Amino acid sequence: MTEYLTFILRVFRLSFQGGWKYFAWMTFLAVLSFIGLRAYNIQLVEGLSVTGMTDYVSWGAYIANFTFLVGVAAAAVMLVIPAYVYEIKSMKQVVILGEMMAIAVIIMCLLFVVVDLGRPERFLHMIPPFGKFNFPMSMLSWDVIALNGYLLLNLHICGYLLYKRYRGEAPTARFYIPFVFIAIVWAISIHTVTAFLYVGLAGRPFWNHPIVAPRFLASAFSAGPALLVITFQFIRKFCHHTISDESIFLLRRIITIAMLINLFLLGCEVFTEFYSGTYHVASATYLFLGLHGHNSLVPWIWTAIGMNCVAMILLLTPLSRRLEWLNAACMLLFVGIWIEKGMGLIIPGFVPNPLGQIVEYLPSVNETLICMGIWAFGALIYSWMLRVAVPILKGELRARGAEA
Amino acid sequence: MPSPDDKPVKTIEERIRPVSRRTFLKGSAASIVGMSGLVAALQPLLKLEKEDITLDQLLQRHYKEMTPAQLDKVMKRLQEKCEREYGVSASIQDLKPQDGVGFAYALNLTRCVGCRKCAHACLAENNQSREYDDDISMSYIRVLELQKGSINLETSNQYYDSESVPRKDKYYMPVQCHQCRESPCTKACPVNATWQEPDGVVTVDYDWCIGCRYCMAACPYDARRFNWENPKLEKRQINLDQGYLSNRLRPKGVVEKCTFCLHRTRAGKYPACMEVCPTGARVFGNILDPNSEINYILHNKRVYILKEEVGTNPRFYYFFDT
Repeated sequence: MTEYLTFILRVFRLSFQGGWKYFAWMTFLAVLSFIGLRAYNIQLVEGLSVTGMTDYVSWGAYIANFTFLVGVAAAAVMLVIPAYVYEIKSMKQVVILGEMMAIAVIIMCLLFVVVDLGRPERFLHMIPPFGKFNFPMSMLSWDVIALNGYLLLNLHICGYLLYKRYRGEAPTARFYIPFVFIAIVWAISIHTVTAFLYVGLAGRPFWNHPIVAPRFLASAFSAGPALLVITFQFIRKFCHHTISDESIFLLRRIITIAMLINLFLLGCEVFTEFYSGTYHVASATYLFLGLHGHNSLVPWIWTAIGMNCVAMILLLTPLSRRLEWLNAACMLLFVGIWIEKGMGLIIPGFVPNPLGQIVEYLPSVNETLICMGIWAFGALIYSWMLRVAVPILKGELRARGAEA
Repeated sequence: MPSPDDKPVKTIEERIRPVSRRTFLKGSAASIVGMSGLVAALQPLLKLEKEDITLDQLLQRHYKEMTPAQLDKVMKRLQEKCEREYGVSASIQDLKPQDGVGFAYALNLTRCVGCRKCAHACLAENNQSREYDDDISMSYIRVLELQKGSINLETSNQYYDSESVPRKDKYYMPVQCHQCRESPCTKACPVNATWQEPDGVVTVDYDWCIGCRYCMAACPYDARRFNWENPKLEKRQINLDQGYLSNRLRPKGVVEKCTFCLHRTRAGKYPACMEVCPTGARVFGNILDPNSEINYILHNKRVYILKEEVGTNPRFYYFFDT
């Protein structure tokens, strides 16, 4: 017990130690987070009227970011499967970095849901026995369980492994391996359930489409690892942690395959919508071509598709065997999928609205600041986790008498 | 993980200088800056009104779980709030559904002329927020102007001029909550804040709704409105005859919708939109009563169900006269 308290104390102290680069980076993120928090407090007082949302487009940037990030969180499984199922050594060394990213990203997801609520102080209404949780009927109740469960699973796995490493002991398999395998299934489920949030709505034909869930997974398993590829190189550079090129290039293969599937599924979707050309094509028309002169999403979606296609070409050619090109591909792909799966998925579901009205949506400044704040806060959490975890992994932060 | 060159790994305390007076001072300065940043971030909360969030409200149970005494207390509190904020004393009632009553509504598309009087009557009855007197953006009824020849909502227009109706080649279709028997909205709500009453009306507990707006995404009829800000109402605009589950004043951040005016209909009156209709296009009644007009219409007229393919099985029907 005392040892655990010492551990917490040392971790706490370490969080405030580091070079000037560390402080500059953390200050930068903290400032952005505070700006976001301030914007959120304005929203809390004024109401959601400070956003760009209306009764016509009743979900916007918050839910768009949420949807995208659930995918990024789920994508940690693309490290876990090679590491634990195929026992690939290079992956075993980095898998915990991916799991920690899942933690940070799930926290961002939860924040994005909370800022979207009109009455956040009533969150207790979801928690029985005081609350009345509409489970299993409401897909949103499934999502609450899926996301929080995934957060707990990863907190346990990372916390357990790091503490064992701190004490210089080998982890006991039965205390974490079962959870790792549960987390694999759970990761798939968080993104499937999030897709079902939309798929289950028969009144929104743009979403009511069985292909949405598989596409969610495919795009997640390319965007998530793409972020990891870039992050790993930052960790290598700034945390002086050994990450092999081998693991990065294994991720490249994963991204390539997932992206191929993603683009194939996009093609299936576009074909079904436009070839049959039913009334239900209106939303897709609005997204890709513009509808009755309303076309604010058109430049965005084509930028996204352009980015995804360039990334795909880079990934398929030997160019991306070089890190610079791989990084370019990863960045293009990450932003491309963020546009396409965020705003490109959520907004057209509401345009035209069920009675055929076309009202466009543009996030307000305040709303954008809140989104920015949450992204910064997520990066802050992840940076802090690295600050603490990397020295533990390297054996620099260890219990007295423990072997490094 | 052994270090690459097999030298003993220094612990973090060996690597980082011990805390000196200088770093301590620097740390304190940084904490002060950080704290003032936090204060600046929290400062907008000062504008939060005292009554926005109270303990009473936080501990209030779901409508269905309150004892009659608890409900009375809540209604009294709401009355006092209305008195304090607007200087009018509302009568808030909680009329229960009656046995043997299932409401249904039918709208005669042949007769509707698109005058929009129903949408305005809805506003006068249900205490929706408004920017100006005739602002029907929160009204529970949207009247669509459609091109004769088809029922294509995508070519509909909500913003036609109601002074010059009915226009040639056009017909009109008012849409409001269909009180679906298989309601996608109640299924979607994660906290059971919206449900279907035994008489078929889909209601919302405004004090339980968390404002996630999933029900709005689920609704195929654009029947739900959200209070994006504190409702704007003037004293003279308030209808004092209020129902707990229908037209009582709503807080910001919750969803509201048509309840077939249950504070009227459960008391034996007609909905406001029906009473005002100048062409008699609207028929409301008890579907369980074999002699009711609504029953006659559903059995004898050519009835049209909007978006029947979505499978919502609504209690709101359209029909044609001739």
